[in-house]
Amino acid sequence: MNDRAKENKNDLSIHSLSNLDLEAPEKTYLDSNELILNMGPQHPATHGVLRVILKLDGEKVLGTECVIGYLHRGVEKIAENRTYSMFNPYVDRMDYVAAVSNGLGYCEAVEKLLNVEAPPRAKYIRVILTELNRIASHQLWLGTHALDIGAMTPLFYTFRDREEILKIFEKYCGARLTTHAFRIGGCQYETYAGFEKDVKNFLTFFAPKIDEYEALLTTNRIWLERTKNVGVISGADCIALGVTGPVLRASGVKWDLRKAQPYAAYSEFDFEIPTGENGDTYDRYMVRMIEMWQSMRIIEQAVNGLPEGPIMGKVPKVIKPPVGEIYHSIEAPKGELGYFIVSDGSTQPYRLRVRPPSFVNLQALDVMVRGMLVADVVAVIGTLDIVLGEVDR
Amino acid sequence: MPNFIMSYLRSTEALTPGSAGSQFWALIYVLIIFAGVSLAVICMNWLERKALAHFQVRLGPMRVGPHGLLQPIADAVKLMLKEDIIPTEADQFVFWVAPLIGLLAAFTVYTVIPFGPTQAVSDMNIGILFMLGVSSLGVLGIVVAGWASNSHYPLIGALRSSAQMVSYEVAMGLAVISAILMTSLNTSGTGTLSMIGIVQAQQQQGVWFIFKFFPLGFIAFAIFAIAMVAETNRAPFDLAEAESELTAGFHTEYSGLRWSLFMLAEYAAMIAVSAIAVTLWLGGWMRPFPNLLHAPVWEFIFSLCPGFTFAGLAAITLIGTARMPAHSFFKIQRIGLAVFAVLLGFIALLLLVIAVAGRSADISVAARFRDGIDHVYWFVLKVAVFMYMFIWYRATWPRYRFDQLMKIGWKVMLPISLGVLVVTAIVGVIVK
Repeated sequence: MNDRAKENKNDLSIHSLSNLDLEAPEKTYLDSNELILNMGPQHPATHGVLRVILKLDGEKVLGTECVIGYLHRGVEKIAENRTYSMFNPYVDRMDYVAAVSNGLGYCEAVEKLLNVEAPPRAKYIRVILTELNRIASHQLWLGTHALDIGAMTPLFYTFRDREEILKIFEKYCGARLTTHAFRIGGCQYETYAGFEKDVKNFLTFFAPKIDEYEALLTTNRIWLERTKNVGVISGADCIALGVTGPVLRASGVKWDLRKAQPYAAYSEFDFEIPTGENGDTYDRYMVRMIEMWQSMRIIEQAVNGLPEGPIMGKVPKVIKPPVGEIYHSIEAPKGELGYFIVSDGSTQPYRLRVRPPSFVNLQALDVMVRGMLVADVVAVIGTLDIVLGEVDR
Repeated sequence: MPNFIMSYLRSTEALTPGSAGSQFWALIYVLIIFAGVSLAVICMNWLERKALAHFQVRLGPMRVGPHGLLQPIADAVKLMLKEDIIPTEADQFVFWVAPLIGLLAAFTVYTVIPFGPTQAVSDMNIGILFMLGVSSLGVLGIVVAGWASNSHYPLIGALRSSAQMVSYEVAMGLAVISAILMTSLNTSGTGTLSMIGIVQAQQQQGVWFIFKFFPLGFIAFAIFAIAMVAETNRAPFDLAEAESELTAGFHTEYSGLRWSLFMLAEYAAMIAVSAIAVTLWLGGWMRPFPNLLHAPVWEFIFSLCPGFTFAGLAAITLIGTARMPAHSFFKIQRIGLAVFAVLLGFIALLLLVIAVAGRSADISVAARFRDGIDHVYWFVLKVAVFMYMFIWYRATWPRYRFDQLMKIGWKVMLPISLGVLVVTAIVGVIVK
C-alpha cells in the first residue's frame, strides 16, 4: 500500500468508534481481509450528502458508521441572532421536502410560548396544507426508495403527481418548496379563490394514482424479495433509539402525535393510524402507502368543514415572549419534529433546539443493516426516509 | 492451428449451404456485421432512451435533431472528445485492455449467427459450443476491468458479475442442450450443433422448438430468456453495475471512449444472445407459419412485409412531421424529419419493388434478393422483439439482491433446466 492510501486510512480513523475499528482489518472467512467501503458523500443513493463508512466481509455488512455534517448550516445558531418571525423561513430549509410541516411546528411552538392560539380557520388551512405536504413527502420517499431498489419508473410517476400538490402551494403562497406558508399566530394569506376546488380535484385525481404505484410495487415479486425481512427493527429497539414516525409504527407501536397529543385541528378529524407487524422495509412501505390514504381522508374532512372567520390570532407586532422555555412537537412526515425554545424575554430566542426526526431515525441504520448485504444498506437508507438538510441542519 | 487456418482460407468450394463458408462472402459479412451491429447499437441506444422515457411519462431526447434522432451521434462525439482518464492507482495495461476483451467477445459471437440460410460468416459444426464459449469470455473483460481499476466499487461489481455470469451459464447451457436434443429428431436421425443446422432442423420438423413437446420447449426457452438477461448484466439482474448501490459497478473508473466501448459491448452482447435465442427456439430466419401457409400467394404476401414495415415507419415519421409545431424554430427539424421520412419511403418502395419483381421468377436475381431480404427481415424482427423486452424489463422491475440472484440461478433455474433436459430426452426417445 502506498503512502496516499495510508494517509486516507488515518483520515478515516478519526471517526472510528469502538465497534468499528478501522485501523486493523481482521482476517475473516476464507482468509480474506475486511473491506472498508466509503459510501458517499457523493453517491446516488445516500439521499444527499450522507457518508456511510461500511465495514464489509465480501458483501456482508459487519458494521456501519454515518458521517454527517456536510450540509451543516448552523440553523440553531442562526435562530439566536434573528427575531422570532425572521427565523420562520429558515425552518423551511431543514426538511425541504416537508417545509410546511416544519413551519407548522415552529409557529405552534412560538404560539405556545406567547400563549396565543390561531383561529379555527387558520388551523384548518394549516391541516390541509400540512397533510398535502405529507403526501408530497411520501411521494418523494416512494420514488427515491424505489429507485434505490432499482425500479426507475415509480420515481417519474410520483414526481408527476407531486407536481399537482406543489401547484396548490404555489397558488397559495407563491413558493413551491420552501413555502413559508404560516405565520406566528395564524396564516398570512387567505385562501385564493378556487382553493377548495383545487384541493378536492387533487383528491379525486390522486386516488387512482396510488393504485398505480401499488400496481407497480406492492405485489411485485422482486419488490417483495427486496423488502420483506430487510432492515428489521423491533418496536423496543425503536423506542430505545428514539425512532419515531412511520418507522416506529411499522414496528407495531401505535404512536402518532396527531392522535397522542393532538395539535392544530387534528382532534376534530377522524382517521386511522396504520401500523405494521414485522418492522421490515415492506411494512414501512405499506404504512406510508396507507398514510397517504389517511392524509387524503383528513384533507377531505378539513376542506368540507373549513370554517369562516379570521386567519390571524391576536399577536403583538413585536414578538417578545415572556421568560421561559417550551417544547412543542408535531408529527412531521418523517417522525416527531420538536422545537425547544428558551426565551429570555427579548425579541430573539436565547436558545433554539430542533429535534429532527431524520437525525434520530438515522441512528437506527446500524442496527438495521448489520449482517445484511450492501444492497440492503441502500434499501434501508431509502426506507428511513432521511433528508440531509434536516439531519445536519 | 496455423494448418487449420490455412486450410480454411484455401477452401474455395462452399463448405456449407450457399455462401456461408466461402471466405470472400465471409469477409463481406464480417464487414456488414461490424457496421450493422454498430448501427444497431446506436439505434438501440436511441430507442431505449425513447421507449424508457415513454414508459416513464417523459419525452426523452428531443433537442438534438427531430425527436432526438441525432442524439446518439452527439453522444458518441462527446464521448470520443472526452479526456481519457486512467487512474494513477490502476494497472495501466490491464485497464486499457479490459474494454477490448468485452468488445471482442461480444462481436466474435456474431461469426456463428445465421441471419439466413446463406447469410452467415461461417457455419461451424460446433457453432453453439463456440457461442457458449465465446460469450462467457465477456465476463473476463468485466472482471479484469473491476480488478484493474484498483478501487472498491469496481471490485465488488466485478466479483458480483463473475459469480452471476458463471452460475447462469450453467442453466443456460442445459437449456441449450435440450434444444440440441430436439435437432436429433430429424429424418436423417442425427443431431447438429451447427447454428444453421438447428434452424434447418426446425424447418424439417415443421415446428419451432419453442412449441416442440409443449411445454418442454417453452420452459427451456424461458430459462434461456431469463439467463440471457443475467448473462448480459441487464435489469433486473444488473447487479454488476447497480447504479444505486455501486455507483456504476465495474466501470466506475472508466470514462470517455473506454466507457463507450463497454456500452457497445453490452448492447452488442444483448443483440447476440437475442439472436441465439431466436435461432434456437424461434425458427431463426423463418417467417411465421411456413408449414400451414405455404401456398405461393402466402409466400408473396409475407414477402411484402418488409416493404410495408418501412412504409409504416415512413408514415409515422410523416405524421410526426405534420404534428411538429409551426414555429420557425422547428423549421430545420421539420425539414430533417421530412427527409428522413422520404428516405424511409424510398427504402419501402425499393423493398416492395423487389418483392413484386421476385414473385414469379424462381431463379432470377430478384428472387434471390427477395429471399435474402425476407430472411434477414424476419430474423431482425424477432431479435427486435427481444430488444424491446430488455427495455421493458428495465422499466418495470426493481433489482435483485446478490444472494437472491444466486438462489434463483442455482436453486430454481438449474433444477428446472436439468429436469427439462431429462424429460426432453425421454420424450425424444419415445417419439423416435
